[in-house]
Amino acid sequence: MDLIATWLLHTLRHPSLTAGLLARLGSLACLALLSLSGPASAGGFLIVQSTTSTQNSGLYDYLLPIFEQSVDFRVHVVAVGTGQALRNAANCDGDLLIVHAKAAELEFVAKGYGSQRFDLMYNDFVLVGPQDDPAQVGTAETIAEALHRLADTKAPFISRADDSGTHQKEMALWQAAGLDPRPASGTWYLETGAGMGASLGTAIEVRGYTLSDRATWIAFAKKRDHAILFEGSPELFNQYGIIPVSPQHCPKVKSARAQALLEWLLGASGQEAIAAYRRFGQQLFFPNAQR
Amino acid sequence: MNEIGQALSIAIDLIRKGDPDLLEIVGLSLRVSLSALVLACLIGYPVGAMLATLRFPGRGLLLIFMNTLMGLPPVVAGLLVYLVLSRAGPLGVLELLYTPGAMIIAQTLLITPIVAALTHQVIEDLYHEYRDLLKSMRANPWQRLVTLLWDARFSLLTAALAGFGRALAEVGAVMIVGGNINHYTRVMTSAITLSTAKGEFEFALALGIILFALALLVNAALLSLRAQFTRWSHHHA
Repeated sequence: MDLIATWLLHTLRHPSLTAGLLARLGSLACLALLSLSGPASAGGFLIVQSTTSTQNSGLYDYLLPIFEQSVDFRVHVVAVGTGQALRNAANCDGDLLIVHAKAAELEFVAKGYGSQRFDLMYNDFVLVGPQDDPAQVGTAETIAEALHRLADTKAPFISRADDSGTHQKEMALWQAAGLDPRPASGTWYLETGAGMGASLGTAIEVRGYTLSDRATWIAFAKKRDHAILFEGSPELFNQYGIIPVSPQHCPKVKSARAQALLEWLLGASGQEAIAAYRRFGQQLFFPNAQR
Repeated sequence: MNEIGQALSIAIDLIRKGDPDLLEIVGLSLRVSLSALVLACLIGYPVGAMLATLRFPGRGLLLIFMNTLMGLPPVVAGLLVYLVLSRAGPLGVLELLYTPGAMIIAQTLLITPIVAALTHQVIEDLYHEYRDLLKSMRANPWQRLVTLLWDARFSLLTAALAGFGRALAEVGAVMIVGGNINHYTRVMTSAITLSTAKGEFEFALALGIILFALALLVNAALLSLRAQFTRWSHHHA
């Protein structure tokens, strides 16, 4: 031990040797800082703040490679609930929004955060539950009746409870049925605060019911004994919107790139690509851009 | 039981075939966590050593603070870094949010206290042994620091590996500041979270196996290094 200490003190007392030691430490530091900048993709990137359903259903993994062939930048998708996506975009942490809660979207544009909102595509929400359907929602005439049966039988119901588009829809449906399930939270009404896929997983494990967008349900890999029990009512329509973040609100926003992706998605090739996406043989999203 | 067995065999297949997505994710995990480790050591070693060898007002408070930060929950580290790096935040101009750089910063914040606190313990013990020798050699504080750090290098490796393990295993911070972007900020833990949410347990399990294997490897390397060092110091004693 003493030997090393003596050697080191000797090194430190000779400036040239000390310099060598410092240089080595310095280059290590530089290396670490260099990697901070990340892998510089040639033309930079664009950040899309998006709902979880479009990611969990695999749509972006299919669409974006097609789009990226024609541009010199990459598209980075941050998938969070619609509420959080709108909030992140209002903080200028995104360039383009793809979400599904029309009222909140219009408010976002009205406040000047987004420049304009366009319809992009649609599918529908479905009520999913265990096949043997203990609450008998399968024979209900309306979605309101189905929700009443859930509340009456106190069958486990999984709520996203994350201010996502799906959660906002769910709350609107309860309200339209004249019910408020929130006082029952923690008993039969279970609030996960998680994404669509994770909430489906929870519903399946506790043999409970949940409201899901059709795309995430179809794409979910481990359905076990769960099935769609109620569907097809007009209240369950699920419209996706696309909004570029306003350059007046966020001067640093990558407007040209956001515009390029928007034009492509709303144009013929993007709309065709959306329609062509299939999981387990089924179409998940139906394009309905109005241009 | 059958389901676990099936998932396991598909997972092992993915690893054996060297699935490109899998390799990319493992590569990014290592790059981010190793970078965070280098930064954490560059900060944590000198800070820990200074706290062990120098006496100054506020030192006790600093020690308590540092030891508390060792238990900082990853999501809190993630939240703090998010707020600072958001374009609406004080360092928004750097445009680091949702990049590997943001993940490195969050993990550095998370593991620097661990490296510093463990370094402090190691150096303090060593300093008791060396104090008289260093005094007799009239070493200045800077020389003392470097000497102690150098002599404790094998023990300090343990501190580094403890930090590395925590960085590699955390998901809360990288999820928030990285955004789990495919081919860009998706690391092992955030990919496991997403795959589980999609009900794709095979891919999640494959990553879990790799994560576990890496932990084994790191610990095996550590033990063999220590064994070698013990032999080496006996030889030179």
